[in-house]
Amino acid sequence: MLRITGGTVYDPANGINGEVRDLHIEDGKFVSSVTGGRTIDATGLVIFPGGVDVHTHVAGGSINFARAMTPEDHRRTQAFIRSQTRRSGLGGMAPTTFATGYLYAGMGFTTVNEAAVPVLSARHTHEEMADIPIVDKSCLVLMANNEIMLDLLEAGEFERAKHIVAWHVWAAKAYGVKAVNPGGVAAWKWGKDANHLSEPVEGYKKTTPGSIVTSLAKIIDELGLPHPIHLHCNNLGAPGNISTTLETMKHLEGHRAHMAHLQYHAYGGDDWDTMKSEAAQLAEYFNAHPNMTTDAGAVLFGDTVTITADGPWQHLLYKLTGRKWGNLDVENETGCGIVPYSYRPSNLVNAVQWATGLELLLLIDDPWRVFLSTDHPNGACFWRYPEIIQLLMCADFRKDCMAGLPPQIMNRITLPEINREYTLYEIATIMSAGPARALGLGQKGNLGIGKDADMVIYHSDKDIARMFGHPRYVIKGGEVVIEEGDIRETPDGNEYIVKPSFDPGTDEFLRPLFEDRYCMSFENYPVEMERIERAEVQQCITTE
Amino acid sequence: MNKIKLNLKKAPNVVLEAEVITPDHFLNRSHQEICASVVYHGKREKRLDDFFDVEGEHSDCIEIHGDLNRVRHVGRAMTRGEVTIHGDIGMHLGALMNGGAIEVFGNAGDWVGGEMKKGKIHVHGDVGQQVGAAYRGSMMGMKGGTILVDGNAGIEVGMRMRRGMIVIGGTARDFAGLQMKGGTIVLCGGAEIRTGAWMQRGTIISLKEIVLMPTFAESGAYNPTFMNVYSKHLDTLGVQLPFAETDGRYRRYSGDRGVPGKGEILIWEPAV
Repeated sequence: MLRITGGTVYDPANGINGEVRDLHIEDGKFVSSVTGGRTIDATGLVIFPGGVDVHTHVAGGSINFARAMTPEDHRRTQAFIRSQTRRSGLGGMAPTTFATGYLYAGMGFTTVNEAAVPVLSARHTHEEMADIPIVDKSCLVLMANNEIMLDLLEAGEFERAKHIVAWHVWAAKAYGVKAVNPGGVAAWKWGKDANHLSEPVEGYKKTTPGSIVTSLAKIIDELGLPHPIHLHCNNLGAPGNISTTLETMKHLEGHRAHMAHLQYHAYGGDDWDTMKSEAAQLAEYFNAHPNMTTDAGAVLFGDTVTITADGPWQHLLYKLTGRKWGNLDVENETGCGIVPYSYRPSNLVNAVQWATGLELLLLIDDPWRVFLSTDHPNGACFWRYPEIIQLLMCADFRKDCMAGLPPQIMNRITLPEINREYTLYEIATIMSAGPARALGLGQKGNLGIGKDADMVIYHSDKDIARMFGHPRYVIKGGEVVIEEGDIRETPDGNEYIVKPSFDPGTDEFLRPLFEDRYCMSFENYPVEMERIERAEVQQCITTE
Repeated sequence: MNKIKLNLKKAPNVVLEAEVITPDHFLNRSHQEICASVVYHGKREKRLDDFFDVEGEHSDCIEIHGDLNRVRHVGRAMTRGEVTIHGDIGMHLGALMNGGAIEVFGNAGDWVGGEMKKGKIHVHGDVGQQVGAAYRGSMMGMKGGTILVDGNAGIEVGMRMRRGMIVIGGTARDFAGLQMKGGTIVLCGGAEIRTGAWMQRGTIISLKEIVLMPTFAESGAYNPTFMNVYSKHLDTLGVQLPFAETDGRYRRYSGDRGVPGKGEILIWEPAV
């Protein structure tokens, strides 16, 4: 039992904008009143619902590969020393599992969504997620380059493809579906990419990236997954990719969709020398199409490691940087590439990327549809979110930062003309209420009665980055996990999964195809339910 | 001068991680605070005075005595002051250091001055492997400063170094200057095989004949004018570098052509 009194509450899900309210918690939920128990006096403090990260990479094969590839970072980074309540770990560009939980919670985040999991490494992903303490988790299964599904789409067997998608979601014990560079990763196995939405994918005659996008969005709507298609468009990071992105959005009309890390898909120009931000054009289209949500995928200057299932892009990035390159091929499902990277303000392309992410966050009017993310660790590490919040809330600070950029950049970005400053209410929307709603997690990002008691209490501070980087208290499931900058409790988080219905004959359809093509036996492929610690199965929904 | 003296009571039986032994850490601390500094004995957290007798306080001048073979990270990232070590010292001495000076009367372990930026390290005995090198996975090794070794050195001297100077009085083992990107390595006693492999830029000077890889091309023999300047500078550090035409000349090799790189190896050829 816990009572929090006198705090200034920002709870966008219930329309509460900076009102002084008392909150009561019992058995991990908000209730209308409690008797006895501890009271926290939050007078003068700011209360937010616990943060929700809609798109991050914190567990599984790719981030683990990234950890192995960056030993130099481990040496210089923050170390968590083992104590009574804490396991050891390392922060840095690709934090270890335990440290990931501590760092997220330390910043007031209580739910995270791992955005890319192939079924083949799903078991490993769940093992790692079980080792991420405090926060609740979910993951998305990679489907857009699954060759069995692509073959079915090629043959026009839409219904069967739908059952296959549902089967894979359940096999991976995932919460939704991620599409990465649809068709492009399958083409990468031929050394090719898929750059045009209307051209057939390498190895296919009819199937195009555009048809994959539309079919998958339709499948996911028909299955009623709580989270819509989570789409990483084709042509990520390439100058002039705005046309691809807009065309992809047109393919999604009439369907729900979440556009991942839109910053990487909002560039104009013809090549690296002429690259510019097209965030204004993209935001205009996005504002007019309420079927979509997005996360910013903002970039901050500094060292990081880029990891994505987008193998062909990572090869290009490796050729550009001349640094380390890791490439994984995941049999018939997908691929993965890893390249360490440094974003520099002096680099014109990086400076455009930095501005584009902020422009998107500032130009998309509805904070319920654009969310705080860096596509961790691609744009920057998640523990740097407070810096982005500061950039969004202080136009003057933004101007100071822009002063350090190369002068040639000014006719390539619109950021200098934007004076919008986020309010605390809007910040609470983009970091908590909005992403929770987009994920279909009604019990999260909400301080209403009966909802999960995940919340964070900040000192009101003029230094925004300090305020959001060092919460006074973090409460997860009714337990005080962070207090006075110290980790007090490390409870295990839940894992959200979803079970869409599929034809029971799907197993027998898949078995021969599988035994023909995969390296493991079919029985070992799906993740068993017993493997998931603290699973919470969510219901599918009905969509129009 | 006010000095802090550390006397090792007994050699630790497992590695002692002692990155707190730096002038920066000790300068503004009282005797009590210095004694209570945290060191890691294996995985266990201990106090500095569990292992050392500590004398003095508030000083950036440190003197350490004892068999310190298993004491690591001394002078890590120091930016000022002096550390003098009497005895053999363990790995990562002066790693990431950014100023000040370290002098060792004895031998030192691996990774002496790993990724250092500034300052001076002088080891009177032998050193282990990867002197002034880049840590695993890192793009660049030492970026500045000077490392002097009177004795021999292990493999990968100055691996991926970017700037600065390393002088090895004795012999260096294999792969001296591996993947070097700049800076200077002086090998007074020559080196074993594969010197300068993958080097992109920088200069390796050897005063003894060395076996070169076939990817280095001979490109003349001369007395480079910069050698006078080098010699004058090294003279102040107590190292003699010949440069006069009357004494001989340097045979120049460029490479490593396998990368391809623009580094150079200069081998001293005394006049007969």
